[in-house]
Amino acid sequence: MASIPLVRPGMLRECWAFRDFILESVRRDFVSRYLGTKLGFFWAIAQPLTMILIYTLVFAEIMKPALPGHPSRFAYSIYLCAGILTWQLFSELLNRSVGVFVHNAGLLRKVNLPKLALPVIVALSGLTNFAVILALFLGFLVAIGSFPTESLLAVIPLLALVVALALGLGVFLGTINVFYRDVGQTMSMLLQFWFWLTPIVYAPRALPGPFVQIVAWNPMSPIVTFAQTIFLEDRVPAWSLLLYPTAVAAVFLLLGLFAFRSLSGEIVDEL
Amino acid sequence: MGHVRARGLGKGYKRYPRKWGRAAEWVGLGVHHQLAWVLRDVSFDIAAGEAVGIVGANGAGKSTLLKLVTGTVRPTAGTYETGGRVAALLELGIGFHPEFTGRQNVYMAGNIMGISRERIESSMGEIEDFAEIGDYIDQPVRTYSSGMQVRLAFSVATAIRPDILVVDEALSVGDTYFQHKSFDRIRRFRDQGTTLLFVSHSPGAVKTLCDRALLLDHGVLLRDGAPDAVLDYYNALIAAQRDEYEIRQGDARSGRGTRSGTAEASIESVEMRVGGQPASSVRSGQAVSFRVRMVARAPLPELTVGVLVRDRLGNDVFGTNTHHLGLGRTNIAAGEPMWVDFDFPALNLGVGSYSVSTALHTLDTHIVSNFDWWDRAFVFQVVAGAAPTSVGVAVLDVSARWSDAEERAANSRAVEGAGLDG
Repeated sequence: MASIPLVRPGMLRECWAFRDFILESVRRDFVSRYLGTKLGFFWAIAQPLTMILIYTLVFAEIMKPALPGHPSRFAYSIYLCAGILTWQLFSELLNRSVGVFVHNAGLLRKVNLPKLALPVIVALSGLTNFAVILALFLGFLVAIGSFPTESLLAVIPLLALVVALALGLGVFLGTINVFYRDVGQTMSMLLQFWFWLTPIVYAPRALPGPFVQIVAWNPMSPIVTFAQTIFLEDRVPAWSLLLYPTAVAAVFLLLGLFAFRSLSGEIVDEL
Repeated sequence: MGHVRARGLGKGYKRYPRKWGRAAEWVGLGVHHQLAWVLRDVSFDIAAGEAVGIVGANGAGKSTLLKLVTGTVRPTAGTYETGGRVAALLELGIGFHPEFTGRQNVYMAGNIMGISRERIESSMGEIEDFAEIGDYIDQPVRTYSSGMQVRLAFSVATAIRPDILVVDEALSVGDTYFQHKSFDRIRRFRDQGTTLLFVSHSPGAVKTLCDRALLLDHGVLLRDGAPDAVLDYYNALIAAQRDEYEIRQGDARSGRGTRSGTAEASIESVEMRVGGQPASSVRSGQAVSFRVRMVARAPLPELTVGVLVRDRLGNDVFGTNTHHLGLGRTNIAAGEPMWVDFDFPALNLGVGSYSVSTALHTLDTHIVSNFDWWDRAFVFQVVAGAAPTSVGVAVLDVSARWSDAEERAANSRAVEGAGLDG
């Protein structure tokens, strides 16, 4: 088994040959959510818009929590939205890639598709949804006059890291999920804990002693902090902050590819 | 391009008796599974452009073999190789989403097969024409009738001629008209050099479409050769299995027709024999005999045996009995096995499926005393024979002549002249 290369050039070529399938699936994913509605695309915007408005209203006007060192009354709303947006991308990608083979069982049983095209679809489709939300969020930042002009581009490598982390872990667990469906169930539960172990709602400084270490082990913590710094302070933090999550993502990717390569032949047998 | 080569091909599914056996294997704790083989050591070479029928009973491994050829399932043992693009007509409508329009679904269905958007775009007109669904192409697929869906799906699946086409005949495509149209397309692909792999239960289709047949039985390739020879072997195999079934099932034949009677005499078996061998299909116009085996349970003063051939829809086609044939038998002892052969020198029935019902009674009808009446005791197929193509249950002797007006006039003058002379 060790002699199998993790990435066979053929795998990439096959995915490329099915690029139209990938693009069409991403498009269909996006469109099918609002099919049959009269307002169509509006609903794609409505949900994240509501989220941003509620957080702004609740935290800037009603509860007014103070974020130390940030006098702006929108500071906490920005902090929260930056964290939640990043987290949503991560959790959507992770959740969907854990279920990707099981949910496409019908297709995999009947058609000879490059299976790795499916996580690629998940990634692109997740990023499409994210792009809509991000655009809204940026619109909101323009409206309140704190658009992160200086540091916005740093979001791109950050997103790439989120995708790598979620997909690496997702494909690994998604492969195992084919054989032990308990994995999918466990994962959606675990994600709720994981959310609260990431400094999204709270500031890491506010944590009591024992939790500091747990949060520090969480590879999503530095990623979220990075995003929050960009949007709140318009400043690119030290890139070294991302070293640890990058290493974890690399390990997950290797694990994911290894599990997939070893078991991909049996996936269809089991579905 | 277009060849298929299998060497020692086998497929076994892993069965884990214990829940965590698989996980234990992953972490290197020995082997915890058994292999359940559904296909074993299958080797064959199919040259480009050959049309090969694959026959075998349910569970013989036909679909597994097709899945291996199309690449959805990986072999457990052996190797296979296919040259060129493989298209499968195993299940239609994969990737169809009811809320999207026909046109949108055509793109998706094509993409799933690895056909690029541009190629679908350029064949869109042809796909629409072939499916014959008119304006519905821009309506959501949920508004389609099932026939329309299937027509559209077939059109996409066959829009671009593949190097290898895998067809499951169980997939009947729409109404009779479209069935013919789709078969024409398959035949045209074959003539243009597409290799055809064709799974079928109907001997007729394999004989007309294929130049070779593979017979699978319990996962093993039993025969590989000319369709006629392979199908004959297959029929004999089914007949043997059916006999076992009958013995096992006794009189409680759930799948068969009803039986009734006083059981003073009972039918043991009914079979069709072609050339002295049991068969389940016959060429139109071929000589056959129906053999009815029976046994009297009590001494009988008189016994008549009748047979009735019905078509697929249950209409009587032809029936007779030994009484009508002047062969009534009298004074029969109990326990004596007997049989009657109804010999047809030429069974001039049209292509299709027929059943034989048989009855044991006295004199000319079963109304007086009915010992054993067995509806649809036996089902057989009539495939095309030497006679020119025709429709209907009867194949009548026929010829035709062309005439035109002048010739007719000339003929009638000649007749008149002859009349005058005489």
